[in-house]
Order: sequence, then structure tokens, then C-alpha cells
Amino acid sequence: MERLFNMRELIKMVVVLTVLAAFSGGLLAGLRNGTAAQIEKQQLEFVKGPAIKKILEGASNDPIADRFKILDGDIERSFFVGIFDGKANTVAFESSGKGYGGDLGLMVAVNLVTEKIVGIEVTTHSETPGLGAMSKDDPAFAAQFKGFSINEPVKVTNDGGQVNAISGATITSRAVCKAATDAGNVYQKLKPQLSEKIKEFNK
Amino acid sequence: MAKTITQEFTKGLWAEIPPFRLVLGLCPVLGVTTTMENGIGMGLATTFVLLCSNILVSALRNIIPPKVRIACFIIIIATFVIVVELVMQAYAYPLFLELGLFIPLIVVNCIVLGRAEAFASKNGLLPSIADGLGIGIGFTLSLAALGGVREVLGTGTFYGASVFGPSFQPFTFMIQAPGAFVCLGLMLCIMNLFE
Repeated sequence: MERLFNMRELIKMVVVLTVLAAFSGGLLAGLRNGTAAQIEKQQLEFVKGPAIKKILEGASNDPIADRFKILDGDIERSFFVGIFDGKANTVAFESSGKGYGGDLGLMVAVNLVTEKIVGIEVTTHSETPGLGAMSKDDPAFAAQFKGFSINEPVKVTNDGGQVNAISGATITSRAVCKAATDAGNVYQKLKPQLSEKIKEFNK
Repeated sequence: MAKTITQEFTKGLWAEIPPFRLVLGLCPVLGVTTTMENGIGMGLATTFVLLCSNILVSALRNIIPPKVRIACFIIIIATFVIVVELVMQAYAYPLFLELGLFIPLIVVNCIVLGRAEAFASKNGLLPSIADGLGIGIGFTLSLAALGGVREVLGTGTFYGASVFGPSFQPFTFMIQAPGAFVCLGLMLCIMNLFE
């Protein structure tokens, strides 16, 4: 019986593929490490920056410069401080939800005194233009979240909540609510460290 | 059959210019050419991937076992595509936001795999470089032309600058996918007239 592969050929195939894949993996890992800081900077400038500026409008400081990081389990979260009326009483941070086309990033600003949402803004998303993308493009949708307590789950009206979903984009609207709810969980979990860090700004 | 290096290069600019002559890789062509800038960005990204993968495939053509050649080509191509994606994210973020999904899709662009399989794996290093550059530049020119025409008609601007003034009513059909098909067909038609 004729064998499909002879041994030599088989070994050669495995070796070539392994070496190629290992080389490619090594190269990409190196490049990823090398560009990570620059990519973060670009995201801050082009995506997160405008979102933060919008939801922390009227702050007397530059929230992007006044940022700090807190370790939440394995992930490092960035918090952006907004100073209003001479007091650092607002922080903005990012959380995420599962949208229709993938992960959806949401910047949430919270007033630390009243524990209410000051504003939200969708940052990164891959939602359908004209439908799910309206969550970023339509200010009226984001405006609904203003004033909600950060300590309570946020839901769309269909699920018994107060947020009017974007028509034709219920999944996206739910993802935004989920991200806002998650932001609440993060806030509660990191509250002690957060108030500790904020004190430094109020000195 | 032996062609000179110059011939290998210039064939990509007219005789085999993609996507008009080699009607391959239409998905990104139709998707990204809403403006000239996007077209050029996509074209240059594809050129880089095409050139690098051609070089590597040609250099390794005697080592790569024929039975797993496609897998090897895809590893090589995918690696360069991620390189482009990371570099673009790090240094040209607005362009990355525009092109978004289409950058990872260069991996499955038939032109890149097609050149690796049909040309680079059978030819030496220099002809492969010439072939990659020629096809890549041809692709960039096509995308720029297509993007330019669609941008002028669809949004009334040329490379971001207004052409017709504020009274112009944009012909939005042109920046949608069906408009891209019509535009591509008409341009191919004009090219055939010149033959």
C-alpha cells in the first residue's frame, strides 16, 4: 500500500510550519510591545480624549493630563479626573459591553459626591452605521443616562429600565446599558482606592 | 518566456493592473474607496504586504514543502498584515479608524495570495520584488482613481478639498457599494476603449 506521506516529508512540513509560526509569533509579540505605548497615546488623542472632554465639559483642569491608574484584579484601569468649582469631584473611566459587531467601549463620568452619572460617551465600537453607530452619533441617546445613580443597574425600557433604546439597535442599546452597569460595579469595587487617590488632587 | 525585471514591474501598471485586469480583491476595493485618501492608504498598506510577502515567499520557495505551501503563505501574509495594522494604529490612527475592518481583511485579499502562489513561489527574488511593487503600485493607482472619482461625485470634494462649492448636491449613490460597482465597470469600459 502506498503511503500518503513519507516520513522525511512529514517531518519537513512540521518543522517548516513550526519555525515559520514561531518566528511570526515572536516578531509580532515584539512589535506589539514596541507599539503599545504609542497606540495608547493615539487612542487617548483621537478616541478617548474627545469623549472625555465632552463628558467632563466645563472642568477647570485637563482631565487627560490628570489621570491615574488603579489595578483592578489583573487589569489596569485609567481614571480621568475632572475639577469642577475648584474641587476634584468627578472621574471618568472606561468600561465595555458586548455590542452587535463586537466590543463596545463606553466612557462614563461619575460625580463622586452624589454618585450619579454625569455623562457617557461611546468610544470604540464596530456597530452598524445608521443603526448601532447612532449610540455614538446621537447625543440624545447618551443624554438619557445623565443623572442615573451609578450604584443601580441601567436597563432599556424593554427590560424594565428607563433608557429608550435606539430603534433598530436594541442589542447596541443593551450593550451601552450593560457597560454603564459594569462601570457601576467597577466603581463600587474600587471606591476606597479611588477616594484615596482623589484626595491627592484636593490638597 | 524570460521577461526583464522592468517588464515584470510595468505589467502591474497597465497590462495586469488590479483590480481592473486581474479582477481580484474586489471586497476592499468596493469598501474603502469612498474617498481618495482612503484609497491611497489602503493601496499603500496592500503594497507593503504584497512586497514583503513576495520577498519572503520567493526567498523561501525552495524550503517550503509544496503540500503545505498555502498554510505557509498565509502565515507570512498574516504576519505582515498585523505589522501594518499595529504600525498604522501607532502612527496613523485617523486612517486606521477609517479603514478599520478592511486592514485585517488584506490577509484574504486574493491579489496577495494570488501573487505569492502564481508568481513569487516560482520566481527569483528580483523578479518577485518587481512584481510585488508593480502590482502594488498599480493597485494603489486604481484605488486612488476610483476613490477620487467617487469622492468628487459622491461628496463633491477632491482629496478633502471642496470642488463645486456649497451649492453642490452630492450624488450619494456613488459613495455606496452599488455606486462602486458602476464606477468600476465604467472605468474598465474606458480602459478597454483605449486598447
